[in-house]
Amino acid sequence: MSINFYNEMYDASGAVRPHYRAYADWLAATPAEKIARKRAEADIAFHRVGITFAVYGEEAGKERLIPFDIIPRIIPADEWTQLQKGLRQRVKALNAFLHDIYHEQAILKAGHIPREQVLNNAQFRPEMMGVDVAAGIYAHIAGVDLVRAGGGEFYVLEDNLRVPSGVSYMIEDRKMTMRLFPELFSRHKIAPVAHYPDMLLENLRTVAPHGVEKDPTVVLLTPGAYNSAYFEHTFLAQQMGVELVEGRDLFVKDDTVFMRTTQGPQRVDVIYRRLDDDFLDPLAFRKDSMLGVPGLLSAYRAGRVTLANAIGTGVADDKSIYPYVPDMVRFYLGEEPLLNNVPTYMLRKPDDLQYALDHLPELVVKEVHGAGGYGMLVGPASTKTQIEDFRQRILAAPEKYIAQPTLALSNCPTFVESGIAPRHLDLRPFVLSGKEIQMVPGGLTRVALREGSLVVNSSQGGGTKDTWVLED
Amino acid sequence: MLSRTADHLYWMSRYTERAENLARLLDVTYQMSLVPKPVAAENQNWRAILALNSLETAFAESYDKVNAENVLRFMVSDPNNLSSIHSCLRAARENAHAVRGTLTSETWESANATWIELREQKFEQLMTTGIGQFFEWVKLRAAVTRGVTFGTMLQDEALHFIRLGGQIERADNTARILDVKYHVLRTNGDEGTSDFYRWGALLRSLSAFEVYRKVYRDVITPARVAELLILRLDMPRSLHACTKGIVRILDSVKNDHSAETERRAGMLHARIHYARIDDILKTGTHEFLTGFMDDIFELGEGISQDFLMPVSEG
Repeated sequence: MSINFYNEMYDASGAVRPHYRAYADWLAATPAEKIARKRAEADIAFHRVGITFAVYGEEAGKERLIPFDIIPRIIPADEWTQLQKGLRQRVKALNAFLHDIYHEQAILKAGHIPREQVLNNAQFRPEMMGVDVAAGIYAHIAGVDLVRAGGGEFYVLEDNLRVPSGVSYMIEDRKMTMRLFPELFSRHKIAPVAHYPDMLLENLRTVAPHGVEKDPTVVLLTPGAYNSAYFEHTFLAQQMGVELVEGRDLFVKDDTVFMRTTQGPQRVDVIYRRLDDDFLDPLAFRKDSMLGVPGLLSAYRAGRVTLANAIGTGVADDKSIYPYVPDMVRFYLGEEPLLNNVPTYMLRKPDDLQYALDHLPELVVKEVHGAGGYGMLVGPASTKTQIEDFRQRILAAPEKYIAQPTLALSNCPTFVESGIAPRHLDLRPFVLSGKEIQMVPGGLTRVALREGSLVVNSSQGGGTKDTWVLED
Repeated sequence: MLSRTADHLYWMSRYTERAENLARLLDVTYQMSLVPKPVAAENQNWRAILALNSLETAFAESYDKVNAENVLRFMVSDPNNLSSIHSCLRAARENAHAVRGTLTSETWESANATWIELREQKFEQLMTTGIGQFFEWVKLRAAVTRGVTFGTMLQDEALHFIRLGGQIERADNTARILDVKYHVLRTNGDEGTSDFYRWGALLRSLSAFEVYRKVYRDVITPARVAELLILRLDMPRSLHACTKGIVRILDSVKNDHSAETERRAGMLHARIHYARIDDILKTGTHEFLTGFMDDIFELGEGISQDFLMPVSEG
């Protein structure tokens, strides 16, 4: 592959970009021995604190560290201002779409999106038709994955509107940088991120059901200690000062949700749930779910409890709907989209399918419903056998796949075994929607630690970096 | 507080306490085994440890004979033995993990660090470097965890349930150790010089040796040992101290349906509070202690039902 990658720290001539200058000077002046010591310190600290995640398919209950790289990803203020505008616009349109889809379906009537694409989508929840959710907000927490391509322009890779995770790493990475290299914070004006839990709690309180707006009881619903993101669940619950509950801690009586406490039942008003739709209520969705709360959907539909995110948001972040997001921005907001979408081939369309099959070695092919970097083909990084193998899978069910050109993900200097080398990265800002749309500056930067790899997911060997938005 | 959270806190504390008491007991038994005596007599001491936890059958499934090494391996690092130090510390850590958000980071990190360090220690290695050092480590870690817990946690319901678990477990463990050891010592009471060491060992296994010296300033007699460990309120591991603690904690966490449990705890405490050692010895220490352990078990059940896993949804 002879693609020109955009390097976050250096420009094409090899000169340090202005916003990285102070950092590069510091790095050059810091003895390698000190850096090595600090990196070891970070490792021990992350282990001791137990900031780990469970990996599916590995030995039961095994926990791994997500590698933390000490070189930050730095974003200049003006660039962030532009990104922030684009993010607000996009999330606003996505929430408008969700409201529309579960009410009038105007966008379908106007013919912007094929009806069956939405209504036959497995993520579309007919149970939500006509349900009025608090403040009309569906995706209260959105994790929008951004990547920067060769020319320096940002693209949205996907909108995570179900249970996006990773925000705890954003906060812990910052804490770690401050602990290891406090001197950096006097050399830079770095926008803080530690107030995210406060912002989240405030956001959740603004979407409480009618009648309890004054002092709603907020809880965080987790699938339990064996979930891969359990650390984050405990972290957020603790930081917000709300109860961390499992399905078995809750019950529904007279369309009201209660939690079992040592002092008897206590009413619950807002549930920040980190549990997929399918598992929420065994009476309505998967019957075998032991993680959910029987009767929850009924209480929700009755407007007695708020779920964040709402049920059925998956229909808006599905990869088959993704290509239509720019149309949503135009349709609902009457604006031109500020953030780019990656050109996407929908393999259910014969022409697109043919094109994709002819160009597999250059494309990235993803399962429409996949997540976490599982079940995808990165053409340029795959062997002939892998490509042929994937070709058969596509032919067996083309409608399950989309294809996109392989983006030349930007890279950033990163500590690897051989020293400092460029590694590819992405950025996931967390956008909160309630009475208003808010976000903390930056987000989570994920970095693919294997040389040449474009897959940044932690389950696929990705690491994280602290993300600095510089203030003017 | 969530009932499940209280449940995890309570059991985290019970398992930590259990591991500590087990380490102390094994340590003392090991030290005693260094005093020259017939092999049969020594193995009886190890057998007593199995009896203490009703583990004879489970032990026989994996080990052919009762001797120091086998029992130590079984009770220290056998992951299949749910009563081993290994299993207790794992359970303590898992319970802490489930409620780490309720604990202070120091408390969680202490429990987690104990588990991480334990995993790195192989049994063979412990035997070569000296198992005594390992027992010291377990006691030290328990002390550290208890220290950071009481030193950093808010004195609210969470701490109450941690203390409640600790007191219930400690009451049970003291009674259990006393019962088995007392029994063994009384029935094999050959009046030799080693008697001093044996009673001394029993006291040491409950951190009561120095206390005994200080309180009685006299030779060690079975009656006084029983009095110290059952009736002395100022002895932190005595049954009296534990039951008094339980009554107090229950009073701070009580709810609408815990009256019966409170009553039982009060009764149990009163029985010990107003008991005389002569009467206990007359009825038989064994009878008294097994009765006590049954009551503690009932109390534990009551606490579970009233606070930790309420079934009713009304």
